[in-house]
Amino acid sequence: MPERTHDITLTVNGVVRHATVPARRLLSDCLRHDLGLTGTHVGCEHGVCGCCTVLLDGEPVRSCLTFAVTVSGHEITTVEGLAGPGGRMSPVQRAFAECHGLQCGFCTPGFLCTVTALLRENPAPTDAEVVEGLSGNLCRCTGYQNIVKSVHRAAELIAEES
Amino acid sequence: MTTKLFGEPVQRREDPRLLTGQGRYLDDLGSGALAAAFVRSPHAHARIRDIDVSGALDVDGLVAIYTWEDLPPRVAEPLPLLIPHPALTHGRTAYPLARDTVRHVGEPVVMVVARDRYLAEDACALIRVDYEPLKPVVGVEEALVGAHRVHEDVPGNVGAHLVQEVPSARGRTAAEEIEAAPHSLSFRLDIERSASMPLEGRGVYARWDPDDRSLRVYSSTQTSTSVRMALAAKLGLPLPSVEVIAPDVGGGFGVKIVHPWPEEVLIPWAAMLLDREIKWTEDRREHFVSSAHERGQVQHVKVGFDDEGRVLGLDVTILHDHGAYTPYGIIVPIVTATQLLGPYKIGAYRVEFSSIYTNTVQVTPYRGAGRPQGVFCMERTMDRIAAYLGLDRTAVRAANFIQPEEFPYDQGMMFQDGRPLIYDSGNYPESLRMLKELIGWDSFEERRAAAAAEGRRIGIGIGCYVEGTGVGPYEGGHVQITSDGRVHVSTGLTSQGQGHETVFAQIAATELGVPIERVSVVTGDTRRFGYAVGTFASRAAVMSGNAIALACRKVREKALRIAADALEADPADLEIDDGIVHVAGTPTASIPLATVAVLANPLRYAFDEEARRATQFTGTAALDRPPVAEGQEPGLEGRDYYSPVRSTFASGMHAAIVETDPGTAEIKILRYAVVHDCGKLINPMIVEGQIHGGVAQGVGGALYERMVYDSHGQLLNASFMDFLMPYATEVPRIETAHLETPSPLNPLGIKGAGEAGVIPVPAVIASAIEDAEGIPITRMPISPSELHELRLRRPPG
Ligand code: FES
Ligand code: FES
Repeated sequence: MPERTHDITLTVNGVVRHATVPARRLLSDCLRHDLGLTGTHVGCEHGVCGCCTVLLDGEPVRSCLTFAVTVSGHEITTVEGLAGPGGRMSPVQRAFAECHGLQCGFCTPGFLCTVTALLRENPAPTDAEVVEGLSGNLCRCTGYQNIVKSVHRAAELIAEES
Repeated sequence: MTTKLFGEPVQRREDPRLLTGQGRYLDDLGSGALAAAFVRSPHAHARIRDIDVSGALDVDGLVAIYTWEDLPPRVAEPLPLLIPHPALTHGRTAYPLARDTVRHVGEPVVMVVARDRYLAEDACALIRVDYEPLKPVVGVEEALVGAHRVHEDVPGNVGAHLVQEVPSARGRTAAEEIEAAPHSLSFRLDIERSASMPLEGRGVYARWDPDDRSLRVYSSTQTSTSVRMALAAKLGLPLPSVEVIAPDVGGGFGVKIVHPWPEEVLIPWAAMLLDREIKWTEDRREHFVSSAHERGQVQHVKVGFDDEGRVLGLDVTILHDHGAYTPYGIIVPIVTATQLLGPYKIGAYRVEFSSIYTNTVQVTPYRGAGRPQGVFCMERTMDRIAAYLGLDRTAVRAANFIQPEEFPYDQGMMFQDGRPLIYDSGNYPESLRMLKELIGWDSFEERRAAAAAEGRRIGIGIGCYVEGTGVGPYEGGHVQITSDGRVHVSTGLTSQGQGHETVFAQIAATELGVPIERVSVVTGDTRRFGYAVGTFASRAAVMSGNAIALACRKVREKALRIAADALEADPADLEIDDGIVHVAGTPTASIPLATVAVLANPLRYAFDEEARRATQFTGTAALDRPPVAEGQEPGLEGRDYYSPVRSTFASGMHAAIVETDPGTAEIKILRYAVVHDCGKLINPMIVEGQIHGGVAQGVGGALYERMVYDSHGQLLNASFMDFLMPYATEVPRIETAHLETPSPLNPLGIKGAGEAGVIPVPAVIASAIEDAEGIPITRMPISPSELHELRLRRPPG
């Protein structure tokens, strides 16, 4: 018997999107496979790695632990929506490039969303606050040192540009 | 000059797409493809009595269910044993779907194809497999007893047994030297399993084109060229009808060099059979129980030494757990056995290993590939000697170093590439000097005393290693300059985050004298380059880097010859800067490479302004010569290969200061210092990144990561919740210094850097904890509770 589906409406990266999904559809799968936004990655699907982090009404959440039907009517920002108008990379994105804060890039979208929210809350974090702020995201490539550096650099760029 | 980019910290060219969500990883492809899922064995060892799929047949969206019996003969065969070795007398590989016996939890038994992954998993859950459980074999020591067998026809569970013996200069065996030595020690070491654990798991996506009978397969692999050959053979297709592409790959660290995986054969096979696109994306639990692990070894060490701590004889017996199958041969224990010697010249050496079957996930290389175990063994030995003699640990190491003037240095063994273990270059005393300075080795006792005065306990540790990198047999590069002045570089090996698009572009830009913005690099796509080995053993920069440099030199030579004709100059007087060929000292006598590319390809048809200049009535060629000279080819392109006589040997030394909590036994790394020598650096920023990442994985292996199997062969911690990989909170800041001892073996003087960071870390941390606690550390990883146990067992006084 075909599964029962639900019509949902989300605002993703500023654009209103509709999808028809079963109740069990994960937000990560909905974004990736129903809406074609494959920038959000899935590393564990059990809420530990943080690869799937997106911003839900501005707050970082694990999209692999969120059912798509539960966020109908809400605003979501994914990595595809971080760049500014005209496609210029955001200060966080530019800082990661400048400081070699990524290698394979698989964890990166989750870090970018996490850090974007972190710096909005705390525009000039200390080293300890940065490490604490990143402590829900796994990266198997970089050893985090350049990610920490990227966060500080992003804070500088944001301060310079505001 | 803008074009000399070799050696510069150039920003990565892959980053803009990866930072904006435009990367294309395996599961980002094939949005309309069917999804596959697998029923996997819940038992470590069992016979399959029956498979009943009837319950799954009504699942909405189900397309197909396959068991081993459905497979055609070639697909049904056991998977290839990729690296045979005479000592691997009982090599065994798995069937792509279990035939009648399963030998580890996670072995694939049934494949389901459905409209999407949710539905495919629904169907999997409704398939009933009737198993007759057999006695599982877990742990090498239990396996060796041989009461039960993993494979019925492998007595004692021993897959391979190898003894290598290098006599001392005076012709004595290790046993004789140890016997005759003034001092001797013997002890046992244990290293637990860990795994590569890239954040992107494996994955395969296949598209069959029934009209031209061709197959395109995308795989998250470290070797697309070899997957292609394996698939052509398995599926009975002509090689030119199969293309394999490694898209963006979310980390590999060794596990993705294994191929073809069961899924890598089954997905394309089913795609052809069903004439539908099919994709399988591994989930995390599947990665834990059905890909590969590494590290697990037990080592028994005997060493004889003199009063200065010089090793006169060393005898190591290794029990290596290779899990249920041996698709990658015995590369890992061979690497342990050979690289164990490190930067040292020791008297006589005997190493013996048994590579043993257990009912656990197979063991294949993970970054370091056997070296962390070998270095753990040798460095623990050095520390033991120092403790026994009451000498400084660095003094004992220095007493054993190969000296700078002794290169090339022949260790008298055969390396993992089947070639002699001859070190090409290095400067170990200088490396040690730099490290001691960086970490403050000589002033540490003051620091210790100051900490002690505050009631804190700290210790310092050191570890040295030599890493054979850039193993052959070969890699190739193709370079083409098109009439728009762009440079297209391709090489067959693959990338998993190492920044190849950047470093290879740096090499090409430097060799050709063009702006890097005009260079694009493609790796791991058999449509662009069909001959390659793969990315492993810290070989990509050495192998493909040199191949691309050689290909560029061919193209440059051709460009200069054509430009010389056009400019009526001598090629020897020409230079290329910023993509323009000009006569040295006369910048006005010049021709852009774009125009040279036009001239290199005589045309009949003009399709744009550039092409007009190369057509038969406008060309500049002399009329008494053919348009394409004899022995020449049209186009401004070149291909070349680099095939080394033997490996290059990178080296390094790490030191750490740790603090152990007197109450809780918590272990904290206060400082971590690295001196690294990988020959000439192409891009120091990328090399540092490789070191950081390697050290982080090493910290995981030293303090956190282990695969916890129970006696039934169940992996108890098969999730990120329970298998503890370091977060940012666990990795110390890493201080690095570089020494550049160029390799004399290749044109660019480079050595590999990919694995270096991880290799000595467990040895370094053990050394530092031992120093802090005064308790011998013989196992890795070590947790606070284990350290607490060791404290309780410490003899009083
Ligand atoms: S994929 Fe969501 S936390 Fe790992
Ligand atoms: S860059 Fe590869 S996992 Fe973070």
